[in-house]
Amino acid sequence: MKHEMLKFFIFATVILIAPVFLKGGYLMNVLIFVGIYTILAVALNLLLGLAGQISLGQAAFFGLGAYISGVLTATHAVNPWFSMVIAIVTVGMIAFIVGFPILKLKGHYLAMATLGMGIIVYIIFNETVDLTGGPSGLPGIPHLSFGGIIFDSDLKSYYLIWFFTIVVILLSVNLAASRIGRALRAIHDSEVAARTVGVNARLLKVQIFTISGMFSALAGSLYAHTVTFISPTSFGFNVSIELLTMVIIGGLGSIYGSFLGAAILTLLPEFFRTFQDYDIIVYGITLIVITMYMPGGLVRGVPLLVMSFFRGRPTSAPSEKSG
Amino acid sequence: MLKIERVTKIFGGLKALDDVSFSISAGEITGIIGPNGAGKTTLFNIITGIYGPSSGRIFYEGKDITGFPPEKLARLSMVRTFQGIELFGQMTVLENVMVGLHTKSRSGIIASALKLPGHLREERRIRERAGSLLEFTGIKDLAHTEAANLPFGKGRLLEIARAMAIEPHIILMDEPAAGLNSRETSDLAELIKKINNLGITVALVEHDMELVMEICSRIIVFNLGNKLAEGTPREIQEDEKVITAYLGED
Repeated sequence: MKHEMLKFFIFATVILIAPVFLKGGYLMNVLIFVGIYTILAVALNLLLGLAGQISLGQAAFFGLGAYISGVLTATHAVNPWFSMVIAIVTVGMIAFIVGFPILKLKGHYLAMATLGMGIIVYIIFNETVDLTGGPSGLPGIPHLSFGGIIFDSDLKSYYLIWFFTIVVILLSVNLAASRIGRALRAIHDSEVAARTVGVNARLLKVQIFTISGMFSALAGSLYAHTVTFISPTSFGFNVSIELLTMVIIGGLGSIYGSFLGAAILTLLPEFFRTFQDYDIIVYGITLIVITMYMPGGLVRGVPLLVMSFFRGRPTSAPSEKSG
Repeated sequence: MLKIERVTKIFGGLKALDDVSFSISAGEITGIIGPNGAGKTTLFNIITGIYGPSSGRIFYEGKDITGFPPEKLARLSMVRTFQGIELFGQMTVLENVMVGLHTKSRSGIIASALKLPGHLREERRIRERAGSLLEFTGIKDLAHTEAANLPFGKGRLLEIARAMAIEPHIILMDEPAAGLNSRETSDLAELIKKINNLGITVALVEHDMELVMEICSRIIVFNLGNKLAEGTPREIQEDEKVITAYLGED
């Protein structure tokens, strides 16, 4: 427990002082998106890494959060903070209602159903032109402001976004270590055994799906108010797949792993501009290589690799598995 | 305590259980025996809500529990263990038992995420209680081992510790001695007696006759989806129907 708090403290400190060294460059702008995608990856990880329930439709919650916030503020001039709350609560309710029937499904069927959900929502963004602006997007979303500070520069947005990202990480780390987190991991390993000792698996899965949706909606709302323009392509199927890639690369069930996955997948395309058109191929290859050679993700795989390098032994040290 | 009334279960035209009735009295150790395919595990699955019966009713502590899901039965203090054990493999031994204490704690998602003081106190209490349950089953030294790495016999003890965590009135064990060596089996016999001495009713499906005859106060024999006989170990050993149909010529 002490160990967890220390890890969190170090992480938060690094985030806090990073802008001092970046001096507001282009990287600063990219790190804002790392923050947003970290929230999204953590949200998916709660569902996939903890509870073992897949979702290929996370972009739907992300998009709904962004559009609810965007439409309320840009079209109806509602206070941005208030519209953020409305976005989170509404998406939470949608996730809760959708969750009951959808989470009865398991494995591939759940993947297909959530995929369908993502596609339906994406089509709605495109087709309800009067409301969302359709494919040409929704401009004119105001920045968030607080006590006279308008979060319009990269530096200010950085602190705004990362404030929320750190809160989401802290809440998620706590949840994962709690009674609820244990029950979710139990469902992951053996749903029938978990139910036998009194875990209401069905309700708990819907609850974590709801939390995951609400965090994603928060990310969506932050995205809308930071970029000030949204269009459906930011919330398509490929985004759901990117989020899945982030979670798996970082490490299933590891909250900080999700940050690592989000950082790598957001930063890499910036460094390898030449790949731009082929980025989906790069994602695909990365995913295959990681799942084949580091099934625990980078968070667990890299330390093992480093250890085996220094010991001069092959990666599969025999000590680990025999009990 | 537990009353099975005219239960029939049909799987795609095949009668796994055919109009079965019997009861299990409080405080006893009841053994359910019979050759493979006699319907013993089906019976356990129906009692513990894994699936419902095709017809018939099940009463527990005077209450009709037919079709109750397992999580509801756990809250009514009924628990089971599985043939071939079902553990939470990626969690430690201690955490497995802490999940067993799920119904004995109540911090919700919000209290857990915010680490409210009540939640922390509860965590400490659960951890201590789980530790003492591991002591009870004799695997305290393995508390921080990942459950997937346990040898089979220890895994069985963990499953029992986890089941005990719900503070059961009745515990149903599906072939607890399967896969255990003779030393582990005799330790298991002692543990089951110790559990029974706490006033907990025990029902077990088992193939190990020696174990059944030693610890059970009452035995029910199944064959081909029907109840064949019922009685004390001595009565069963002398029952001609049982001898011919199940135990063989000997």
